[in-house]
Order: sequence, then structure tokens, then C-alpha cells
Amino acid sequence: MVINDGHSVGLSFLRFGDRMNVPQVIEIKKIIEETPTIKTFIFDWTMVGENIPTPGQFVMVWNFKDEKPMSVSYIDVHKGEFGITVKKVGPFTEDLHSLKEGDKLGIRGPYGNGFDTNLKGMRVLAIGGGVGMAPIASFTEEALRKKAIVDVVCAAQTKDELLFDERLKARGAKVYTCTDDGSCGFKGFATHRVLQLIEHKEYDWAVVCGPEVMMRPLYGSLEAHMIEGEYSMERYMKCAIGVCGQCCVDKTGWRICAEGPVFSSDQVSEIVEFGKFHRTASGLKEYF
Amino acid sequence: MLKTNLCGVRLKNPLMLAAGVLGSHASSLNWILESGAGAVVSKSFSKDPNDGYKNPTTVAVEGGIINAIGLSSPGVEAFKEELEDVNRVKGRSIASIYGANPEEFAYVAGKVEDLVDMIELNVSCPHAMEGYGASIGQNPKLTYDVVNAVKEAVDVPVLAKLTPNVTDISEIAVSAENAGADGLTLINSLGPGMKIDIVTGNPILANKFGGMSGPAIKPIAVRCVYDAYEATDIPIVGVGGIRNYADVVEFLYAGASAVQIGTSIMYEGPEIFGRISSDLEEFIEDSEFDSIKDMVGFGHK
Repeated sequence: MVINDGHSVGLSFLRFGDRMNVPQVIEIKKIIEETPTIKTFIFDWTMVGENIPTPGQFVMVWNFKDEKPMSVSYIDVHKGEFGITVKKVGPFTEDLHSLKEGDKLGIRGPYGNGFDTNLKGMRVLAIGGGVGMAPIASFTEEALRKKAIVDVVCAAQTKDELLFDERLKARGAKVYTCTDDGSCGFKGFATHRVLQLIEHKEYDWAVVCGPEVMMRPLYGSLEAHMIEGEYSMERYMKCAIGVCGQCCVDKTGWRICAEGPVFSSDQVSEIVEFGKFHRTASGLKEYF
Repeated sequence: MLKTNLCGVRLKNPLMLAAGVLGSHASSLNWILESGAGAVVSKSFSKDPNDGYKNPTTVAVEGGIINAIGLSSPGVEAFKEELEDVNRVKGRSIASIYGANPEEFAYVAGKVEDLVDMIELNVSCPHAMEGYGASIGQNPKLTYDVVNAVKEAVDVPVLAKLTPNVTDISEIAVSAENAGADGLTLINSLGPGMKIDIVTGNPILANKFGGMSGPAIKPIAVRCVYDAYEATDIPIVGVGGIRNYADVVEFLYAGASAVQIGTSIMYEGPEIFGRISSDLEEFIEDSEFDSIKDMVGFGHK
């Protein structure tokens, strides 16, 4: 029988209360225009303990009007910097895109479980669709650093929208581009490009992030080829600290913000709503 | 040893999930039941869908969090599907409902009574829209009318969840009892409170203010339970800041027949239910008590 002693209670309040779960209002250090619709925002960040983001984790971004989860796309522990990469898709992201270097945003986190990057010597297929390349890029850099062999399938609608293909090539990954309109690389969806690849090449592990309508068939193909891996999911999020229940998924009830956003293949098999539906702010189901 | 009874409903233990925490889907409610809770209370839902407030809806403060989710709800028709999937073999299922007036409460209660073991009335949300939540529960007459309307509409036991943000909680508790409430749940979140970002001067919550919950509010919750126990003769469910078995014991001594746990899930996840129930069992074994019932009201000397 254990009652928390003063010491451990104090520590947990520091961890949960004082730092991570209150937005830290900080300046945007640098803005990089990645594509016509995608920008990266770089921040200075204190890299201590659980404050250090890992690939696949996310932060909550507050623009003083609304707050949304954004996955971490750059991590440089030595320089004390991290970045998020944002596609303009609605009022919140349009507002972020209107900001300049030196403008401020509130950031809290990092939250959730990231990707396993201890994959030394393993042949890894990393697949990112659209802005889903954001966590795939930070994963690939970290996995390469840890001596994994990483092939990347970088998918976008068109050539101009390809994200982080050059960046990951420069790091030593083999990058296969793929565009819906055929303007660069393979013409067609990531699903088809991956099918072609895995029929000719052996992989030990896969990591996937993108729209669920893309991830669902990819999951089927990778499972059929017995390639285990991890998948990053997204849901409407409110508290991000595991209490409100908004981001729980059927049927396990797992919280995307706490047990996720990254799930193993075996876990994905238990998430019945994967690729089928998500819930809106009110809690109503919306089918993809 | 932990078995008890609340308003005629048998509970395998006195630990319940509080409304508004991991209660939006059957899947998370079932996870909590599997983690050892005796009962779960759903997130409050209403007649029609409601998006709630924009983010930020939650922010940490010393000793807990403040939240203004804003009573988001998919509406009773959609939520019935969730209630149908709650595993009532594992534990009890309680629907938390809200509305703007007695008729709306009675309508929603009637729609779900066959799917649940009890109904809890949220007349106490401190960040609700005008006319909802605490604006009902701060008024003895409105509280009476809502409880009375629901009691006339349904046969399952009805709990009235009250707000601590009143001058005299006993007055409201008596009013709910007179209207026929089978039990009381005390307390809803405190305040409302506010947190301001000192760089920009912005209140952090989009709604500016929100209800405070977490370990810091426990002494107030214990006092409210103690007062209501003196003032009424109906069972009380204690809620507010419970984080370990000792907190549960305090609430039982104050007069609670069962307790609810919510915010503390953020510290250690749903496993908190299993841990507290085994610690509580150990405490009772080592004590002079034979059952939960023996402990209820022990603090009233």
C-alpha cells in the first residue's frame, strides 16, 4: 500500500502541472517554405528529460484563438531546436501560415508515444503521404543515426508538393517519390508504389503516416507481406493529457494522445475504426 | 469486502469513473470497467449535438487542471449507440445527462433509462452555456424542478450532481432530496477559475474560465459531502481530487457511500482503479471495519 510521499507528488506536479501541460509562449525562430502549401516553423526549446521530443510525438500549438496537435518534424537536441511542419488546410493553419519569424505561438508537450527508432541494421520502409511526411522525416533521420537502413516512399499529389524528399536523400535514405499526377517519380498512390517495392525488396520493418484512407490499404499490403511496423494516427484532440476522452478509439478505448499517436501493427488490428471513421468535436462519427 | 450498494444498485466496489473523463465512447468506458471500476459515468450528453468550446479547453494549474470543454455532446440518439455497447456484466453503467429545462432532462432520461443502471443529472457544470449546468444547480427551485421532472419520467435511480459554487450546499442538497433524488453526487468542478499567460496576457482557455478539478479541490469536496450527509438522508457519491485509497477513506468517513475518480487518471491512466481498489481492500482488512457500509459517515462524531 503506497501513499505518494511529498517528494514524488512534488515531482509529478512539476512534470504534469508546471511545465508540460501549460502552453509556453515562444517566438518562431525560423520559417521554411517547404512547398506552396506547407511551411516549417522552428523553435528554440529546452532539451531536458521528457521535454525532449522524439520522432512521432506531437505538440499542442496555440495561436491564441484555437489549439491543435502538430507532429514534430525536426529535432536537434544539440542545437536545442525543434520544428513542426504545417499544411494550409483550414482557418487555423491559414493563420499559422500568415505568421512571420519572431511572432509568438504557445506550445505544450511533447505528448504521446513516438516511433521505435532502435532499428540498427534493419531494413526499414518509411512511408509518408502528403504532410504525413513530417513525422516520417524526423523518424528517418533518427533511425539513420542509429544505423538502420531506411528506404522512404514520399508521396504527394504533385511534384511541387513533395515534402522532405531532398532532405532525406541528403541524409542517406533511398527515396522513392510518388505523385498522383505522375509529375515526379511513380504515377499513382503510395499504396501502389509500396506494393511494387515490397514485391521486389525485403523489408524487416515499416513506419507509416498519412491519411487513413491511404494507411488502411497499406496496412493490408504490409501485413500480407508479413512486414511489421508502426502507424501514426490522428484524431480531433482537446486536452491532449489523457483525461477528456475525445481522442479515444474503438474498440480498445486507447487515447491517441497517450497510448498513441503511434501504434504497432498488432495494436492497429484492434483499432476497428482505423481507416473507417473518426469522431468530430461533438463526438459524432464521421466516416472517411 | 469492497462490495457495496448505492441506491439499491449493487457495486463490486465503491469506485466509479467521474463524468467528463474518458466517458465519450463505450470503448473507453469498457476499458475503465476492465481496469477495476465498480461503475462508470458517461460524459454528460444532451438532446441535440453540441460541439462545445474551441481549444484550449484544458490547462494545468497547481494541484490539478481547469477545463472548459463546454458540454460537447453527440446528442442522445447517437449516444444511445455507445450506451448499448457498455459491458454491464463487468460493472454498472450510469448516464450523465444535461439539458436547458426540466422537460429536456426528462426527455433525455426517458430515452436512455433502459440502457443504464442509474442516471446522474448534471445541474452543476461551471462552464456551461447560459441557462445550463450550474445556473440550474445554484438555484434550489430550478434544481427541484429538474430532479422532479426526471423522477417522474424514469424508474431507474437518479443522482443529482451538485456544484460547490453556492453559499449553502445543504440547501440545494435538501431541495434535490425533496424532489425525490435517490442520491447526490458531490462535487462538480470548482470555481470557475482562470489561468492567464503572462507573455501575451491572454487567458489560456478559449472560454477564458473553466472548472477546477484535481487533488487541490479535495478538501472542499470532503467538506461538501460532510455537510450534505448531515443535512439529508439519501446516499452520497463523493468526488473531487481522489488520487489514492486514503482519499477514498476520507470521503467514506465524511459520509459518501461511493466515490468517483476523474482527473487523477491523467497521472497514471485507467490502472488507478485497480491500484486503489486493492489498496482499499488492504486498508479495510487491517482496520476495525468489515465493509464499506461500516465506514460511511465514520467522521461524524
